Amino acid sequence: MEIIKAEKIAYDYIKHDEEGNVEGKIRAIEELDISIKQGEFVAILGHNGSGKSTLAKHMNAILSPTEGTLWVDGKDTSEEELIWDIRQTAGMVFQNPDNQIIGQVVEEDVGFGPENMGVPTQEIWDRVEESLKAVGMYEFRKHSPNKLSGGQKQRVSIAGVIAMHPKCIVLDEPTAMLDPVGRKEVIRVIRALNQVENVTIILITHYMDEAIYADRIYVMDEGKIELQGTPKEVFSQVEKLQSLRLDVPQVTLLAYELKKEGFSIPDGIIFEKEFVEELKKHSILT
Amino acid sequence: MSIAVKHVNHIYGKDTKLSVQALVDIDLEITDGEFIGIIGHTGSGKSTLIQELNGLLKPSSGVVFYNGEDISGKSFDRKKLHSKVGLVFQYPEHQLFEVDVLSDVAFGPKNLGLSKDEAKERAKEALKKVGIPEEYYNQSPFDLSGGEKRRVAIAGVLAMQPEVLILDEPTAGLDPKGRDEILDQVKKLKEDTKMTVILVSHSMEDIAKYVDRIIVMNKGNIVYDDVPKKIFENYKELEEIGLSAPKVTYIMNHLAKEGFPVETNATTIKEAKEEILKKISKNRK
Repeated sequence: MEIIKAEKIAYDYIKHDEEGNVEGKIRAIEELDISIKQGEFVAILGHNGSGKSTLAKHMNAILSPTEGTLWVDGKDTSEEELIWDIRQTAGMVFQNPDNQIIGQVVEEDVGFGPENMGVPTQEIWDRVEESLKAVGMYEFRKHSPNKLSGGQKQRVSIAGVIAMHPKCIVLDEPTAMLDPVGRKEVIRVIRALNQVENVTIILITHYMDEAIYADRIYVMDEGKIELQGTPKEVFSQVEKLQSLRLDVPQVTLLAYELKKEGFSIPDGIIFEKEFVEELKKHSILT
Repeated sequence: MSIAVKHVNHIYGKDTKLSVQALVDIDLEITDGEFIGIIGHTGSGKSTLIQELNGLLKPSSGVVFYNGEDISGKSFDRKKLHSKVGLVFQYPEHQLFEVDVLSDVAFGPKNLGLSKDEAKERAKEALKKVGIPEEYYNQSPFDLSGGEKRRVAIAGVLAMQPEVLILDEPTAGLDPKGRDEILDQVKKLKEDTKMTVILVSHSMEDIAKYVDRIIVMNKGNIVYDDVPKKIFENYKELEEIGLSAPKVTYIMNHLAKEGFPVETNATTIKEAKEEILKKISKNRK
């Protein structure tokens, strides 16, 4: 069964004037269908204002569609009594770790979610331990979150979500504020959760280089899915992506530029290794 | 010479248990018209340093000179310094507050004591510089897209007509096109006005593409200060302090390791492409 499924969903942001009357509507999502299977790693790309974050907020019932239906693990997100269930199934990680961490001590922060769910005390501690180990932050369990680096804080945020045992984690630009090593740490943790624990990952990002590890990519524009496919398929369309205010990974762009100069390199090179292999095959050392 | 930093130390919470030394004996000279990048992992001291440069923070010891004058000196006009060294903070759009775009940008110059009309003129000029069209002047800044809001916020600093513009992570959270637009705009501005620009960024690709000189910070120290090509030759050392080189630098190193006779110091796609075209033949099919 799909963990996330949307049929013809639309979402309107309603604008009110000072008296609270409806002044206008902005349609952020339009006639959108998606289907994500349990255990998939899906990346969502799109320019600012394309509707990515609005879609993400539908996946854990922060928003529910104005039209159409979205199901999380078979549960309709517009049914109010299912909201807490849905939020345990699909956890969410946001851009700024400082807005998500509330505990004075790392382990306390991670335990907050399960405690809120009414998990028995001993099990909370087990979950905290297991979650912190999964993100490689166990040795920091007694630290104050304030003293951690951005990447470490973001990993604590992820641990806080994992401790609720979600089947699915939605990450909305989790690396936007991080330095290069912090970014790598977070991506490594996400991939491990996906591969080892079979957690479904939905990663929204503006860094094309982070999307190459996904099983599938959705590209959004004006509230719709404009492109979808494997990273190879999507990143083969360099000009199309550029016209959508996006980009391709650096190695893909270099390969594309060389192809224009007459090198025989196939489209959709996304890994450095592939690029080097192709150059070896098709060129001679002078 | 425009800015000189001499033996500057900065300690937060001095003489308390929680004291943290954010800057350690920093010496630095910044000449008029430079385009400088500052890189360093979270907590390396970048933000403290840039706040010292425009007098928002006062060094615990040491001196910052602006055009030869000690900015902590009693006779020095610090308010003027804030306008001469313009600082655009991270997520500057969070600081927008006025009812329309033009008033928001005019707020700074009005505060400097300019008349309403003069302030509006300055604001229009600044908005033009960041590529915000006239139709937007009377709109609420909150109705703009993320990239536009950010450009309005930058215009707010430009309207003070700074001689030095410092941007802290100006592209965080923007889509790839938005990133290029902002940085292209800054580059053009720098070329047109000859102002000094200091760019703090976590994107090694952006840094490599735009700046002429990179300052690398770690634990409150300046560990490297050189041209981009030289800096990124040390990519292994950079990784140890939370940084990296641009992706293409890794690609070129990988090619060299596989026996391709390429120089490995390319830092942009353009340079990598030129080097490959020069050194690798595409004859064989």
